[in-house]
Amino acid sequence: MFNPVVAGITVRATLGRRRALLFAVPAVVLIALTLVLRAANPVGVQWPANVLGTFGFSVLLPLTALIIGTGVLGAEIDDGSVVHLLATPVRRLDVIITKFAVAVGLTALFAAVPELIAGLLAPNSGKLAWALFAGALVGSVVYSAVFVLASVVTTRAIAFGLLYVAIWEGALSNVVGGVRILSIAHYGLGVANAIDPEKNLQAGLGLSTSLILGTVITVGGLYLATRRLQTFSIAGDPV
Amino acid sequence: MTTIEFRNVSRWYGNVVAVNDITMDIGPGVTGLLGPNGAGKSTILHMIAGFLAPSKGTLTLDGTATWKNPEVYRRLGLVPERDSVYAFLTGAQFVTATAKLHKLAEPERSAAWAIGLTEMAEAQDRKISTYSKGMRQRIKVAAALVHDPEILLLDEPFNGMDPRQRLHMMDLLSRLGDEGRTILFSSHILEEVERLSGTIQVMVAGRLAASGDFRAIRRLMTSRPHVFHVRTSDDRRLAAALVGRDYTHAVELTSKGLQVRTSDYGAFCEQIAAITRDENIRLTELLPTDESLESVFGYLIAN
Repeated sequence: MFNPVVAGITVRATLGRRRALLFAVPAVVLIALTLVLRAANPVGVQWPANVLGTFGFSVLLPLTALIIGTGVLGAEIDDGSVVHLLATPVRRLDVIITKFAVAVGLTALFAAVPELIAGLLAPNSGKLAWALFAGALVGSVVYSAVFVLASVVTTRAIAFGLLYVAIWEGALSNVVGGVRILSIAHYGLGVANAIDPEKNLQAGLGLSTSLILGTVITVGGLYLATRRLQTFSIAGDPV
Repeated sequence: MTTIEFRNVSRWYGNVVAVNDITMDIGPGVTGLLGPNGAGKSTILHMIAGFLAPSKGTLTLDGTATWKNPEVYRRLGLVPERDSVYAFLTGAQFVTATAKLHKLAEPERSAAWAIGLTEMAEAQDRKISTYSKGMRQRIKVAAALVHDPEILLLDEPFNGMDPRQRLHMMDLLSRLGDEGRTILFSSHILEEVERLSGTIQVMVAGRLAASGDFRAIRRLMTSRPHVFHVRTSDDRRLAAALVGRDYTHAVELTSKGLQVRTSDYGAFCEQIAAITRDENIRLTELLPTDESLESVFGYLIAN
């Protein structure tokens, strides 16, 4: 299912683009913010869970996953180079699984690992750091499936992703509790909170709900993306 | 030996018809798909390559449908028109990666063979981003040939090639066709098709306007009436002189001069100067008005 040739080309294409620099920006901001707060050492404030949970799961993780997830396949579809890949007998399922795996790996590298590093840098947050790392890994998986699907379905995948992250997850899920059922950030927070219960994480979902819904969305997203790629069409003549 | 079979194939986008009820067979050898821009050539190639579903009708390779059938790429190579390749790879890496995607037993060896065929060996270790447009075309052809396919589809393959590269590519495609492969290439340039293929399919506005031997179709094209715009010191007198000639179909006096329709382009061009001299008329303007490829195709479809 995993095709190393497709993976190699995808990694080089993704990291070779100028927007690859964007991957590192949220991670650098999170780590810098952690260092500043550690140096300032504010008294009586439980800032690690707030900063790493809120900034990490509502900005760092979704934005990184969005840029990477929509780029691993979407960029090739946009510029037409995907034809060279699809004009081979490689199964469409293998293409999707490989692109998804690369997206998960890179998102984990640029979001989950920085989350772990920031957690370990924050004072008295050893267990929390690993809990957030696990939550971010879960988030990387589910976000990647959704954003890879979006890139196959629409040419406006980034706009769709931004709307989802900003409106659905950023605004609505904090106001309407039921919305969290379809919030990937809350799946990650639910996992982190199960490992290291911390009320400042503001996790709205339990472990089992997070894992079950995350699995359903991931599998469903990959299935739909594969179906969509099986009927991938090139626009014909300009008529 | 592979035959591509179209049976009443149509393809439309919304309410725009791109390909209209086409029935044809394309067999081994080199076939040119000729037509003006927007005629439906790319749509035809994309349907054969399994990248577009026919809206109506059936399209098969030896009885096997190409749509939603990636296995067909074991027998088929595609050179798309778009100049988008993995520019960060070297030519050799690109062709070798394609060989690996085809799961060939010796991908490096197959890549070297295909690169040699397209005369890209010297540039194979350079990144594709440094290639000229013609070199990109050739490396795309190498990637499409790496698995030695029975069918090769090329969308405007000569775009961006210099004359030497063009001749080499024509020679290569001729050889591949002579070896029994089914080669189909699109072009909007009559001379390219004329030099390369004995069989052509002429597309106009989504319809198959002519199909078969190039020379017969070329004769049909050259025997069509040609229209000239002529201005002289005495249009009426020239009109009277032309009406008596065999090759004159019609003469129309307009406020801006004469519109002359002739069935013999060569005879008219040869004799017009002598006629005006004999009639003591001064010829000030002689313009062929319908030499565009579209008008040639328009004539074909009307007949």
